[in-house]
Amino acid sequence: MTAADILRVTGEHVVIVLIAVAVAIAAGIPLGVWCTRRAAASQVVLRAVDVVQTIPSLALFGLLIPIPLIGGIGARTAIVALILYSLLPIVRSTFTGIRGVDPAVRDAGVALGLTPRQLLFDVELPLAMPTIVSGIRIAVVAGIGIATIAAAIGGGGLGTFIFRGVAMVDTNLILAGAIPAALLALVADLLLTVVERKLIR
Amino acid sequence: MSVLGGPPSAGGGAGAPLILRDVSLRIAAAESVALIGRSGAGKTTMLRLMNGIVLPTSGTVLVDGVPLAESDLIALRRRTGMIIQGSGLFPHRTVYENVGTVPRLLGWDDAKTRDAARTLMAKMAMAFDEFEKRMPRSLSGGEQQRVGIARAMIANPPLMLCDEPFAALDPIVRRELQETFIALRSDATIVFVTHDLAEALRVAERIVLVERGEIVVDCPAREFLQSKEPMARRFVESAMVAA
Repeated sequence: MTAADILRVTGEHVVIVLIAVAVAIAAGIPLGVWCTRRAAASQVVLRAVDVVQTIPSLALFGLLIPIPLIGGIGARTAIVALILYSLLPIVRSTFTGIRGVDPAVRDAGVALGLTPRQLLFDVELPLAMPTIVSGIRIAVVAGIGIATIAAAIGGGGLGTFIFRGVAMVDTNLILAGAIPAALLALVADLLLTVVERKLIR
Repeated sequence: MSVLGGPPSAGGGAGAPLILRDVSLRIAAAESVALIGRSGAGKTTMLRLMNGIVLPTSGTVLVDGVPLAESDLIALRRRTGMIIQGSGLFPHRTVYENVGTVPRLLGWDDAKTRDAARTLMAKMAMAFDEFEKRMPRSLSGGEQQRVGIARAMIANPPLMLCDEPFAALDPIVRRELQETFIALRSDATIVFVTHDLAEALRVAERIVLVERGEIVVDCPAREFLQSKEPMARRFVESAMVAA
């Protein structure tokens, strides 16, 4: 194990999390917006993403393996699992953020003649953005931790060192996986907190 | 001509009790009408029927003789000014961006918008250059409401809907804003919801008293003080105690 190895595996790790969170954002924000428009459906969607969150992560990775197209051994399955985990904080924060917009501000927008689309993009989403970013932050930080388990199903990433270290009772190897993962999480948390603060102004 | 009327109009959710019952009201162009009544009487709902934010469960609402069900509500709202309590300014937009909302929607160029905003704000004793880039949260309540009025009036809407716009302001600022508002109104039709009788008498020439979703008094402002209707008496008496 060299520094180059650690760097390469860290890179893998980052890529897995970034892809997963990007997809979760692309799907989760529209889903969250949709939930604010459909009171009945929102209960179903929010409950469903809640339930996914309660599945132990190792079990979720394992459960996905036999599923055709998305399953199998490797990074793809890991990414699918991470997407499912990241959805909850993003859908929920989008929902909460938009619900939290001052009704007087929304009313004013309607009364001034904004179309529903203009209301969403010019008023609701910008005002919900700090809340949405905090949801993304939670998804990223949790994702970095959960992604270490991806190695159990051959997904690569820093978990590779941790699992190998555990098997060989090699503390150094475990730390070579654990320390970069912890640092990544801290850095991501810090960066996204800064973004969140900027948005709140 | 900016008329609003229609026979039985009633607003209410599915299965919910009606908020308004058989309300018929005709407002002539350039008239100023105050809708007064207790909280929950249905005055805000009446106002919101007039720009289609609330839709009637039965009956028709006509603006300029056109039923709202057949008109382009987005276009109608862009030529209808609305001022609400607490101003409803967009907190993430500057004063100028707020005031320029309707012009932007109507596709005015920036120079025209800027001119109109400068002129209008000057009439409200607000220096444009000083306030242009400020964010709403940095303004006092009175200043916020001035910006709210400017935002509603910048495109000279022929119809102004006001929903207790000054209720949350201290009495001195409230008085100032009432006067500013009266000075600015020119020939627009005004519908002004308030539960403050003194305010109603100041801004309107006609008073409509709403009680439990029905119109109980509809008379010229100067006759309201002599009204024999019990709820009208109560309004007059409590206004006198307050004075």
